[in-house]
Amino acid sequence: MNLLPFFEWLEGTAGSIAIRESILFYPIVETTHVLTLCLFLGMIALLDLRLLGVGLGGVPVSEVAGRLLPVALLGFVLMGISGSLLFYSGPVRAFENIFFRVKVVMIALAGLNALLFHLTICRRVAVWDHDPSPPARAKLAGVLSLLLWSGVVVCGRLQAYNWFD
Amino acid sequence: MAAKDLYPLFVWFEATAIGTAVRESLWLFPVIECIHLLGLALLGGTVLLLDLRLLGLGLRSQPTAGLAGKVQPWLVGALMTMISTGVPLFLSESIKCFYSPPFWYKMGFLVLATTFTFTARRKVAAAEPGRVRPVFTRLTAAVSLGLWFGVGFSGRWIAFY
Repeated sequence: MNLLPFFEWLEGTAGSIAIRESILFYPIVETTHVLTLCLFLGMIALLDLRLLGVGLGGVPVSEVAGRLLPVALLGFVLMGISGSLLFYSGPVRAFENIFFRVKVVMIALAGLNALLFHLTICRRVAVWDHDPSPPARAKLAGVLSLLLWSGVVVCGRLQAYNWFD
Repeated sequence: MAAKDLYPLFVWFEATAIGTAVRESLWLFPVIECIHLLGLALLGGTVLLLDLRLLGLGLRSQPTAGLAGKVQPWLVGALMTMISTGVPLFLSESIKCFYSPPFWYKMGFLVLATTFTFTARRKVAAAEPGRVRPVFTRLTAAVSLGLWFGVGFSGRWIAFY
């Protein structure tokens, strides 16, 4: 299936042109996308550091996850909305950009990693909730999360540079 | 001393070896930017964690003093990462920054935010429970969030103005 014709049509819609040509709206959306990184990745990273046993020592894992993930989710929603608007403002260029494609794949992998964590080792969190150094499976989830989300940020930033366009 | 008197200094910044190397490289600026952004996520996260707690949200069962101590090394590490990547970015385009209003706002907010974080906010977080009136504790968090938001917001706008 070739998505290019669809994105070409999308790029020609009034909304896409309006965002692209706006003086204030585009920078505001982009700034929102960058700053909500603190809400999303900031909270995720703190949970990952706890899973690795190097940060927030003494705080039960279930408490870190229970109290910080709602904030991360809020950040994720805001990043998703602002990110969709940024994509909508120039879908063809984004679609053809290698960094954007890698970014989408990495987001999917990071989501899969989070899903597996919550479906497996996290179900038994009561057993290791207070461990200063959580089990290897939890540590692996933490490392993968940090690496994948960092990769997403790096790809997102490099997407703006037209090295391979 | 007027701001324009600083102009020769900014010309000198731009001509430094680091500034020149970053400016003339195709990939150094973007790569340093990426590290700057990752530092932002961690700095924002650590600032937010303690400010949420001071507002009575987030890790509510943890004493503020203990939480402040736990996040302090990560906050300092993130700040060091941001400064050590921010300086070469700045050196590579000092003259552009000189003429950019958001750059000056950012520097102002940065001085206020770091000073506030390591003085008043530190004291409020370390105080025994009940020593600081709740309204002041919340006000401290609000000021901290406002100042750091100012740093981040004006920082992003250096690219636009």
